[in-house]
Amino acid sequence: MSRRLFNFNGGVKPPYNKEASLGEAIADFFAVAPMPAEFVIPLHQSVGGPPHPLVKAGETVKKGQLIGGPDGNVSSAVHASTSGRVKAVEMRLMPHTSGLSALCVVIEPDGKDEWIDHAPVPWRSMSPGEVRDALRDAGVVGLGGAVFPSHLKVNPGKQGHLDTLVINGAECEPFITCDDMQMRQRPDGIIKGAAILRDLTQAKQVLIGIEDNKPEAVAIMRAAVDRLQAERIEIVAVPTRYPAGGAKQLIRVLTGIEVAHGKRSTDYGVQCFNTGTAHAIHDALELGRPMISRILTVAGNVDRPRNFEVRFGTPMNDVVALCGARPDSDRYIMGGPMMGYRMPAETVPVVKATNCILVGSKAMFPPPPPEMPCIRCGECAKACPSDLAPFELFWFSRAKIFGKAQEYHLFDCIECGCCAYVCPANIPLVDYYRFAKSEIWARENEKSAADTARERYEFRLAREERDKAEKATRLAAKAAETKAKLAEQQAGSDAKKDLIAAAAARVADAENKTNAS
Amino acid sequence: MISALLVMALGAVILGAALGYAAVRFRVEGDPLVEKIDGILPQTQCGQCGFPGCRPYAEAIARGEADINQCPPGGEEGIKKLADLLGREAKPLSGEHGIEKAKSVAVIVENLCIGCTLCIQACPVDAIVGAAKQMHTVIATQCTGCELCLEPCPVDCIVMEPIAESVESWKWQYPVFEIARRSA
Repeated sequence: MSRRLFNFNGGVKPPYNKEASLGEAIADFFAVAPMPAEFVIPLHQSVGGPPHPLVKAGETVKKGQLIGGPDGNVSSAVHASTSGRVKAVEMRLMPHTSGLSALCVVIEPDGKDEWIDHAPVPWRSMSPGEVRDALRDAGVVGLGGAVFPSHLKVNPGKQGHLDTLVINGAECEPFITCDDMQMRQRPDGIIKGAAILRDLTQAKQVLIGIEDNKPEAVAIMRAAVDRLQAERIEIVAVPTRYPAGGAKQLIRVLTGIEVAHGKRSTDYGVQCFNTGTAHAIHDALELGRPMISRILTVAGNVDRPRNFEVRFGTPMNDVVALCGARPDSDRYIMGGPMMGYRMPAETVPVVKATNCILVGSKAMFPPPPPEMPCIRCGECAKACPSDLAPFELFWFSRAKIFGKAQEYHLFDCIECGCCAYVCPANIPLVDYYRFAKSEIWARENEKSAADTARERYEFRLAREERDKAEKATRLAAKAAETKAKLAEQQAGSDAKKDLIAAAAARVADAENKTNAS
Repeated sequence: MISALLVMALGAVILGAALGYAAVRFRVEGDPLVEKIDGILPQTQCGQCGFPGCRPYAEAIARGEADINQCPPGGEEGIKKLADLLGREAKPLSGEHGIEKAKSVAVIVENLCIGCTLCIQACPVDAIVGAAKQMHTVIATQCTGCELCLEPCPVDCIVMEPIAESVESWKWQYPVFEIARRSA
């Protein structure tokens, strides 16, 4: 079984640091830890519109109960992680670099952890639209880190079927082992989920890509495919090189297809899901369980790095407490060292995007060396897996020439950090790209708001004009009507006069007759 | 000699006819410069520039009757963009037209509102809903923050609230790092 693999340009080989957290099996946080005092479940946990709250303070909820209803199509539902009482629906600190708050449902657990009634979804007899709605209402989003609502991706594309469905088990980011452990311990769910996705997207073949530094996972997954006799599903070991787990990079490695600028992988008949997402889709459809937990790695500056299955809304420090954070720890990073974000506090909740809590210290992540001027050595361009020119993007972002940065395809940047990793001048390149991207987004939002305002203003002017014209015609019509009435009255009075005259004539006639007789 | 003159005259007639036809056939309706200037203006329709709306101001700039620094909501950045477009020197915002403020939206204090509809009539973008003797409210997403509803309100029940930063609208800061100094 040898498959021709392809290569993507660039990439780096950072120290992987994965072994430490592979020693112990995935532990269910509920089974090994005391019940947290409260679960803080942010309503907005995925790409797209924030769901609206469906519960009020004081209500009791059950595990798996819908607490955030999706708003619009690009949105995903949110569920109660355990049974208990809703303490509040209020603004709480988000696991986000900004340190800002957003609307969260705070649940005080009752300790019973009681499921709401749930039943498998008869997805085989449902229309594709109904299956998508079921996935949206089950809150299934991509667990690889981008948290894109999965129901939008379960789509066979324009040609009615996919050529290749890629299941991403590459897990290239250092320190993180949650997908690896899930593949080792729960391969059946992933393979079954992949088979469901294969049937939903009518895919001709399913390729599960796993980096070759996880030989155990590859072997176990292959055995599971054989045991389950899953058709058209193949496990492929791919060379270990960061960021082989980027969707476009893995698609390139497995199929040789390069997704061009402005195109989507479905335009080429390829779609990509994370292994954890495949498992979650299996749980949602075959077991009827909404997404209320995920597997995450706690690693870094802790005595006992390992993986847990954690319910969403659990405070991060409750999870880290089980691993023994060393005293000099001073930060939590959500995600890995390459792409992760520093958390504003240790108490922020675990959300759907939390694939790893990386505990850091000054010794482990020393402050970056001072930035030096760019000498255009081109190392970043060699390392860029998206075939961009990072130094050009850097110049334009730094000079705030955003139009030019977009011309150089800033938005094709996946923020993998390879350029900053190799930069000999220690320039935090990705920080500049993030800055430029958020500025461009803000400007686009402003522009579209201004366009709406212009439209509404012009409509108002047109309406005022129309009202004026309508009033004028109405008044003219009324004037004409009054005139007609007056004329009629005039005519009427003439008729009356005639009548009176006639009557008078008759009277005179009669008088004459009486006089005559 | 005469043939040369005839050839030149014929050429002039043909080219003249072609230009005349093109002027009629490809006539540009409206002034494209006005469109471009209007595209830069923030469309708050607040009238702080002294013109009744963004478009009249854009037309005045295009005619050369108004300066480019009369739009407080557009701020420094708007002036810079106008200067780039018109090939002029950027200048600071003119003080008499107002100052640049943080973007805000109008909020009606509902227990004070008497339902007089005056603000509804004043709003240039129809962002206030309500009816006579009924409570009015502002559609926050449509409000441009022009403040035109404040003045007509007889009970002063409209306040401007700055738009709070949310996780969605938050922007990454411009990276500020110490530049390496050469060791002495």
